[in-house]
Amino acid sequence: MSPRRASSGGLIDRSRSIRFSFDGQDFTGHPGDTLASAMLANGVSLFGRSFKYHRPRGVLAAGVDEPNALVTVLRGEAREPNIQATMLEIYDGLQVVSQNRFPSLGFDIGALNQLGGKVLGAGFYYKTFMGPVFGPLKGTRFWMFCEHFIRHAAGLGRAGTVPDPSRYERMNAYCDVLVVGSGPAGLAAAKAAAATGARVVLAEQDARLGGCANWSGGSIDAQPATEWAAGAAHELAGLANVTVLSRTTVWGYYDGNTIAALERVADHKATPRTGEPRHRHWTIRAGKVVLATGAFERPLVFPGNDRPGVMLASAAARYAAEFGVLPGEKIAVFTNNDGAYASALALREAGCSIVAIVDVRGELSAAARELAVRTGAEVLTGRAVTGTEGGKKLHCIQVQGFDVVTGAITGDARSIDADCLLVSGGWSPVINLASQAGARAEWNDRLQAFLPPKEAEGWVGAGGFNGTFALDAALAEGLAAGSGEAGETAPDPAGDLDMSPAPVFEVTAKGKAFVDFQHDVTADDVRLAHREGFQSVEHLKRYTTLGMATDQGKTSNVPGLAIMANALGKQIPDVGTTRFRPPFAPVSIGSLAAERYGEIRPERLTPMHDWHLANGARMYSAGLWHRTMIYGLPGETVEQAYVREAKTTREAAGIADVSTLGKIMVQGPDAADFLDRVYTNIFSTLPVGKARYGLMLREDGLALDDGTTWRLGELDFLMTTTTANAGKVMQHLEFLLDVIWPELRVHLTSVTDQWAGASIAGPRSREILAACVSGTKVDNETLPFMGIVHGAISGAPVMICRLSFSGELAYEVYSGAGHGTHVWKALIEAGKPFGLVPYGLEALGTMRIEKGHVTGAEIDGRTTARDLHLDWMLSKKKPFVGSMMMDREGLIAPDRLQLVGIVSLDNQPLNGGSHIVEQLDRDRPHGSVGHMTAACYSPALGRHIGLALVKAGKDRRGQRAFVSDPLRRRFGPVEIVSHHFYDPEGKRMHG
Amino acid sequence: MREYSAYMLLRNALTGNRDWKPAWRKPDPKPSYDVVIIGGGGHGLATAYYLAKEHGITNVAVIEKGYLGSGNVGRNTTAVRSNYLLPENHRFYEHSMDLWENLSHDLNYNVMFSQRGCLNLAHTPAQFDDYARRGNALRHEGIDAELMTPTQIAREVRGLDLSGSQRFPVVGGLMQRSAGTARHDAVAWGYARGADRRGVDIIENCEVTGFLRDGDRVTGISTTRGEIRAPKVAVAVAGSTSRVMQLAGIERLPIESQVLQAFVSESLKPVLDTVITFGMGHFYVAQSDKGGLIYGGALDGYNSYAQRGSLPLVEEVHAEMLAMFPGLASVRVLRSWGGICDMSMDGSPIITTGPLPGMYLNCGWCYGGFKATPASGWCFAHTIARDEPHPLNAPFTLDRFHRGMVIDDKGQGATPNLH
Amino acid sequence: MIITCPYCGPRDSSEFVYQGEDGRTRPDPASTDQAAWNAYVYDRVNTAGEHEEIWQHSGGCRAHLRLVRNTLTHKISSVSMARHATVPRRRRKAETPA
Repeated sequence: MSPRRASSGGLIDRSRSIRFSFDGQDFTGHPGDTLASAMLANGVSLFGRSFKYHRPRGVLAAGVDEPNALVTVLRGEAREPNIQATMLEIYDGLQVVSQNRFPSLGFDIGALNQLGGKVLGAGFYYKTFMGPVFGPLKGTRFWMFCEHFIRHAAGLGRAGTVPDPSRYERMNAYCDVLVVGSGPAGLAAAKAAAATGARVVLAEQDARLGGCANWSGGSIDAQPATEWAAGAAHELAGLANVTVLSRTTVWGYYDGNTIAALERVADHKATPRTGEPRHRHWTIRAGKVVLATGAFERPLVFPGNDRPGVMLASAAARYAAEFGVLPGEKIAVFTNNDGAYASALALREAGCSIVAIVDVRGELSAAARELAVRTGAEVLTGRAVTGTEGGKKLHCIQVQGFDVVTGAITGDARSIDADCLLVSGGWSPVINLASQAGARAEWNDRLQAFLPPKEAEGWVGAGGFNGTFALDAALAEGLAAGSGEAGETAPDPAGDLDMSPAPVFEVTAKGKAFVDFQHDVTADDVRLAHREGFQSVEHLKRYTTLGMATDQGKTSNVPGLAIMANALGKQIPDVGTTRFRPPFAPVSIGSLAAERYGEIRPERLTPMHDWHLANGARMYSAGLWHRTMIYGLPGETVEQAYVREAKTTREAAGIADVSTLGKIMVQGPDAADFLDRVYTNIFSTLPVGKARYGLMLREDGLALDDGTTWRLGELDFLMTTTTANAGKVMQHLEFLLDVIWPELRVHLTSVTDQWAGASIAGPRSREILAACVSGTKVDNETLPFMGIVHGAISGAPVMICRLSFSGELAYEVYSGAGHGTHVWKALIEAGKPFGLVPYGLEALGTMRIEKGHVTGAEIDGRTTARDLHLDWMLSKKKPFVGSMMMDREGLIAPDRLQLVGIVSLDNQPLNGGSHIVEQLDRDRPHGSVGHMTAACYSPALGRHIGLALVKAGKDRRGQRAFVSDPLRRRFGPVEIVSHHFYDPEGKRMHG
Repeated sequence: MREYSAYMLLRNALTGNRDWKPAWRKPDPKPSYDVVIIGGGGHGLATAYYLAKEHGITNVAVIEKGYLGSGNVGRNTTAVRSNYLLPENHRFYEHSMDLWENLSHDLNYNVMFSQRGCLNLAHTPAQFDDYARRGNALRHEGIDAELMTPTQIAREVRGLDLSGSQRFPVVGGLMQRSAGTARHDAVAWGYARGADRRGVDIIENCEVTGFLRDGDRVTGISTTRGEIRAPKVAVAVAGSTSRVMQLAGIERLPIESQVLQAFVSESLKPVLDTVITFGMGHFYVAQSDKGGLIYGGALDGYNSYAQRGSLPLVEEVHAEMLAMFPGLASVRVLRSWGGICDMSMDGSPIITTGPLPGMYLNCGWCYGGFKATPASGWCFAHTIARDEPHPLNAPFTLDRFHRGMVIDDKGQGATPNLH
Repeated sequence: MIITCPYCGPRDSSEFVYQGEDGRTRPDPASTDQAAWNAYVYDRVNTAGEHEEIWQHSGGCRAHLRLVRNTLTHKISSVSMARHATVPRRRRKAETPA
């Protein structure tokens, strides 16, 4: 048997043993144990090292409020750092290592920091490390040199750098009542709510339901509270309208009663079941939230209060009652309230010896006196613990006289041997979620605690959360909260202990007295902050880091405030409290990414995607789309491939997948009028069966997008947009129709995914279509430039528009998405005799550069129609979106960046993103007059060319300049030319 | 003996740290000052500091509604960089960088400016070219920038998924080595202490309730602590700009206040040595000296003064984080918070005289205000002292929007939530 | 935040896209009042409190909604269809007060 395990009692399963390891040493525990309880049962008291001074630390609490006992869990190569030993359920094979120590937990060099003592007080780093003003360590260098060491000394656990193989999952839930916390009040609330027929979710952060019913004694409905809780839990689990979530921490309270919770599905298992996630992220939308989150016991602040063996009284009682663990043999108690007496008695009854109860109060209540007698302890009233002794484990405490009013220490110290000291400084209701929801806490003098406000929207509180500690009263509140009916008057709590503490938070004596254990913030640090003027609660927190550790001040906030209030001579509520922020307890990043871990965005694939992959395509991302970059032949480089594709297209024919273009049906009696308003040019004159190139501006007069729109019928238009802007254009049009011009009778439908598109270009393209299209002719008469015909290819209906992006004779062939691959294959087959090749975006880009067509690289949200030589599209006959804004002075300034062509004069490749300069300076590049938006090798011209946006570019055509690309060390002479490199008259596409 | 130094730390340690003096005084407001600055955040305090230091104007009050530094200077993700695309922006931010590099000495306060670099990841060839354009723009102004290949990135950034098999493979990155992080609160405190030592009155817990006027001219302010007269009243209140300006009768501005969330993880041993951003979304992360990963993403995207964020954005930010660093899935987020950003219509700030006589306006910081703090204060002080802008802030006028002279680094137009 | 779309019912705010401040008046398309255009495009009241604004239910029916939402608390006090509010002749049955 483990040295500290009682032979009976507790809710663990003694019939089975679990083996686990801590820092390589093997231990055993039982099902139902946490790491903390199992280690304590094995007589281990040293769990970790503190953040700054690397002081040895034990376990202070028994739950989510634990500040000290943080460990790293190893799962194969994956590491989970900073896990509270008190929240970690053990399983067979669990591997845990301690943190923030070198070389070992027992002997840690970092503990030398303690010698720094008062030099390393709050905010010390703001006052030094500035380094010399001159010399090699001037500027930021000295600090960065020091920072390197500081960073390595700081930090707690180590994160993994290999991908975490776990799966995470998201779940949505909707309920009428969400009950947070399954203590007596929470269980009563859940039962009451369930009885009304409401959909209920009950969330409990621990593995076991019942909360304090599992350890604080008492009886409910004439049964021991533990049994009542187990019965209630069983009953709730059997109800169809109740979902019980254990191991589920409600951590976020968002707008509209949207609640976030983390369910630790498999953390307690050696191996998750097949398909089981490690964590599940719940989004619960609740009609009403019952907050039954209980209260945290507070420690007292006194010298040596961080020694391993010092423990919250309620935590010790819980270890004894729930886990059958005796946290010490000779236990002393230090308290300012009656609650600790009950804890002491529970430990006495579990078999510990209570050597002394030290109470700051001079007078005790009858109830406390009676309990004290039953513990057999010596009761020292009007006394305080002023020191503790022991290295990594408590040996004895020092007790002196204490004036509860003035806080003065009197008399000589008396030493009392003890290996465990229970402390109790009162209780702080867990109001974090209410605070997240916007509630302002109210100070309660009797309980010396912040309580939630009485009036609240969306939630209702019950039990310890309200500061209601008497069992019957808590149950009544739970019942009322769950049923939604006004509760009965709370029963007289005469039979229960009065939990109100004496207003004592700190015992001021010589030695380090810790307020925030994990961050090593001492009472002196708080006073130093006060002295230096960091007196508002937020300044205190930020200057000392009080409450900013992984426990977020669950045990330290109120004591810290109290010490500051004392220094200021103010009342605690006048100092204020910080607003609690999500999450209530740390949440795994994986759970928040959930199913998007490893799959951040959906993929958009065109209907012909598989064909591309099967035919040598190299793909890349264009927004969410996967698009073909090149169709490489074996041994070809990217450049060789795109040059071949573009060359073949210009000489014979090429085919490209343009299914990604945005496509919007614009229909209705006012469709033509609408298009006239949104395009800069006129569409109402467009005949049925013809297409027209259009340009749209934003409301601010800058270019938004371009594309062709096809008039399919008197009232039917098919608009195409660029791939990148499809969503943006749709939204723009919908806004105008819905909000600005609701009187227009126009309907918009996004049909991007409904149509597959193939662009077939090149001098042989007409012959290829003629060979495979049925139902229509495709000759120049029937299908002139910008004409539209309907027909069929290999039995599938198609719509063909003769338009060209490449500058060649070209057609876009649209078919239903389901026929996309069928039509594509038929075109490929028909094209074989004519030398048809498929081409990717690189070749498409090459041909568009040769033609000087603009894309998103030029319509970049900063350019105007005039900048891009599209002035000819600005109708003067009608207003359009942006028409009144496009001529403002800044948008017509002569030195704006304007579109030009660039030709390399040294026959070397050009890079997109290079800048253009008038004077080349390789060492100190300067004087940029613009930049290249796109570049390629032009097979048609046999030169390296590109497009650029250059200041006053229109006037520079014909001038020499240089490309300057210091990032890639590419410098060289270029000529600025017109952006129409190839067939400027457009003979080929009109041919 | 008010200089901070290692010697001072030792000396005070020997006397039990009892002799430290307040970092700044807590004076009552005087009836009048030469300059009143509304807003005791980073920019307001820096403005006061540079008014005193650069222009010898020390009869200055900084008026703060809550506690000093309670706005965005105390709730940001601490990145400092100057790698903006447009010259108006990167020249201004590079001046800020120059000030940052000497700030700890200048203030005699360690603001922990750590030039650990800022790396923007590119995920498509087009994006890489776009970054090249920006990097080259910087290089042509003498500002440091370099392109990195995935192999080079792998050598410097641990744990980054460079497998090439993920949804958006990393094709390269743009690195600015001089960029980095600073300790945000220390910047506010350092400027406050520096200004206070030069005679500036910093008045906390003092809310402005109105402007004193003589015709059009602003002649002072009324506050919860009485009237304060001043021939020059400067406004530097970030997310509260519209509210404060409405007190002066300026009903509409090219500003929307929106909430931006930020997050910090639990404290970890060093795992990330640079500031790094994701290119296929909006995500940025750095590790603080204390060990927490500090990160954030896009705005929640709607007007808000509530300093509280929404859950969908929380999920998005963490999904993007793991797309870069899959090893961090089992690390845990410790705290989140929201700040109110004064989003302008082109994503760039406003530092100007006016719009009323006797008034000066500093706003529109979107979520880039922290890194701007020194230059913003420096330029604003110049503008207030000289009654005309410095060439560095001359483009950042209020009327540039109407005149079509926007400085739109992202090219999003008058859509503040996209900047 | 949960927005109650008059067509679709209560939906998470992530289904919606914010379209900015309402109450700005777009000048008549033929208007040449440059100041009015400038104000429409760039100037905002940016209310702290009850804020009139437009959202699109982009992940649902795609209708534009007029909301009154408190920017200090995020509480939504009314939702209506933007289209119906401006075209009184149309059917209004889908409109609901929030």
